[in-house]
Amino acid sequence: MDNKLNKVSASPHVRDKASTSFIMLMVFVALMPATIFGIYNFGLRALLIVVVTVATCVISEYVFEKITKRKITIGDYSAAVTGLLLALNLPVTIPVWMAILGGIFAIVVVKQLFGGLGQNFMNPALGGRCFLLLSFTSAMTNFTYDGISGATPLAMLKAGEKVNVMNMLIGKTAGTIGETSVIAILIGAIILLAFGIIDLRIPGTYLLTFVVFITLFGGHGFDTTYIIGELCGGGLMLGAWFMATDYVTSPITKNGQIVFGICLGILTGLFRVFGSSAEGVSYAIIFCNLLVPIIERATVPKAFGRGKKA
Amino acid sequence: MSLRTFKGGTHPNDGKALAKDKVLVELKPGKELVYPLSMHIGAPAVPVVSKGDKVLKGQLIAEAPGFVSAPIYASVSGTVKNIEPRLTATGSMVNSIILENDEEYQEIEKPEVKPLDELTKDEIKAAVQKAGVVGMGGAGFPTHVKLAPKDADKIDYFIVNCAECEPYITCDYRRMLENPEELIEGMRIVLKLFDNAIGVFGIEDNKPDCVAKLKEYTDKEERMEVVPLKTKYPQGAERSLIYAITGRTLNSSLLPADVGAVVDNVETVISIYKAVAKGEPVTSRTFTLSGDGVNAPGNFIVPVGMSQTEIIEAAGGLKGEPEKFISGGPMMGFAMLSTDVPVTKTSSDMVVFAKDVVSISTETNCINCGRCVSVCPSRLIPSRLADYAERNDEATFDKWYGVECVECGSCSYVCPAKRPLKQSIATMRKTVLANKKKAAAAKK
Repeated sequence: MDNKLNKVSASPHVRDKASTSFIMLMVFVALMPATIFGIYNFGLRALLIVVVTVATCVISEYVFEKITKRKITIGDYSAAVTGLLLALNLPVTIPVWMAILGGIFAIVVVKQLFGGLGQNFMNPALGGRCFLLLSFTSAMTNFTYDGISGATPLAMLKAGEKVNVMNMLIGKTAGTIGETSVIAILIGAIILLAFGIIDLRIPGTYLLTFVVFITLFGGHGFDTTYIIGELCGGGLMLGAWFMATDYVTSPITKNGQIVFGICLGILTGLFRVFGSSAEGVSYAIIFCNLLVPIIERATVPKAFGRGKKA
Repeated sequence: MSLRTFKGGTHPNDGKALAKDKVLVELKPGKELVYPLSMHIGAPAVPVVSKGDKVLKGQLIAEAPGFVSAPIYASVSGTVKNIEPRLTATGSMVNSIILENDEEYQEIEKPEVKPLDELTKDEIKAAVQKAGVVGMGGAGFPTHVKLAPKDADKIDYFIVNCAECEPYITCDYRRMLENPEELIEGMRIVLKLFDNAIGVFGIEDNKPDCVAKLKEYTDKEERMEVVPLKTKYPQGAERSLIYAITGRTLNSSLLPADVGAVVDNVETVISIYKAVAKGEPVTSRTFTLSGDGVNAPGNFIVPVGMSQTEIIEAAGGLKGEPEKFISGGPMMGFAMLSTDVPVTKTSSDMVVFAKDVVSISTETNCINCGRCVSVCPSRLIPSRLADYAERNDEATFDKWYGVECVECGSCSYVCPAKRPLKQSIATMRKTVLANKKKAAAAKK
């Protein structure tokens, strides 16, 4: 043989096919049922908001990385996912410029200023939403349905009114673009579970803890309509399956994920039951995002063979 | 009943279909054979021949200078051409004895052997030591050292590692199918050393024919058991295997013997059999050549010292211009600078890939997905350990149990951001262990 030297690298010499962009693309696909239902439910303006927010996020990531001379990362679809999630968290009536502002805030302030993908400590889409919620409270809480502005089922529940659980499951209610249809969200969740993108640890403990909390403190006891209404209402389903499970802003340790889910359930319950607003998911998630480093430090697993003293 | 296994692990494409049905074929070496003096863990062997000497097949050419070492025997008859440093599969230059093959294969007279019933424990261990048997799965730890734990009565499991969890490798599989009686006799010899032990063949369930065959052969053996294991990488890693079979856990500060277990690989046990029952030293071994870069993947019996390039040629050559040559399996093996390296006692295979997937994957930011955490058999947080390693943060690395890494590579394999996690962790681990050793020495 000649003296040509072969390629070398450290082992392993094989790699799994799954890549970051594949994962992000799967999340994007899994959000499609909720998106499509949102457009069907709220009309073409919902599509406009979705397109504008996704485009804003992708463009702001591109421009920011161009200006700061970093590697362009829009190809990993994470900005697109952020944009889509943000859009699904906005009311259909929101002025377009606000949606754009939210997208820019999500990408530039929450994500890129902290170092880009993987470095942000808070879910960018929720960061963007909460920024808008605080800045433009009335525009962000102006929900119309079938042309009539009205309360969301969650607000009705809080006011002690009756809700139609069936409509909530299907999604024929007022709310943000992507949060209303529980069924559409669950289809997406099943896609994520089937592909192993997420597991049940975070959403499972989140929802379970929340149910326990509202049963104990909700003031309705074990009233199934109330509990199902609370579960299906507001951003809980979208938040539990798509935003609490955000890899970057949730604990990496398995036990930490369970602690994280429990914290989420308790905080969401607290905000919803004792807070002034009917909603609480967004704040619960971004608040728990901040707890992640502490949760992780407390839940570092013992290495194999180091568990018990021999 | 669910199969026994360990927590974590992954399922790389096993590629075994390429070579699994190819029967073991004995290969003849070319003119030149190279015997690296360090093809085992421990002190390098010391040559007992010099340039110009004539040697016979099976003749001692280098002896062990201490207990933790192993002698080396000629695998052909011929003349000592030189003793000089040569490139080995791991990429390092190792002082080696070079033999010129006279192609007559004259064998040295074999010593007389006693039947197993008449052998004492010490005679068995001495025979294994004399034959130069080392861990032939890849580690190369001298086998006689393993067979002489502090308290032999405390050993209650002798485990033959038949998992063969590395992708593409099928030589142990062939051995189990083609030479089951030798494997079982080898186990019988080892069991004679450990009165309280039962012998277990731990086999991944992707080899049902091996499970069936060994079950058939051990049917009447009271002290032997065949245990099918879940097919999952790294099932054959020592700690994973011991855990799956005995439920006992061990960490980096313990040896298998500390939890009552001794583990040897298939080829090693067969070498023990040959050493004790036939008086034959280790001069050949099984070898799998596989991958999409060779024309004819197959399983071979090759003499120690044979050039690996000659194996490729004997097996029908390369397909096009493959990019990557790996010695020791795709998950834990070494990428080879050149195939002009000798077969050693630990060379179980060469896998040739037409394309190198590692060099075409680009690293991106960690997204904290936790896949590395899910697969780590040592239950570590590989992504964080790699961060600490990259930041040179020894203290935190150690606090997060970095030294417990077994370097199986599962984390790097699954990482969607294509980070070389194992590489960072393994490098830091070496530093931490070295510094700990230094600190311990300073205390003394």
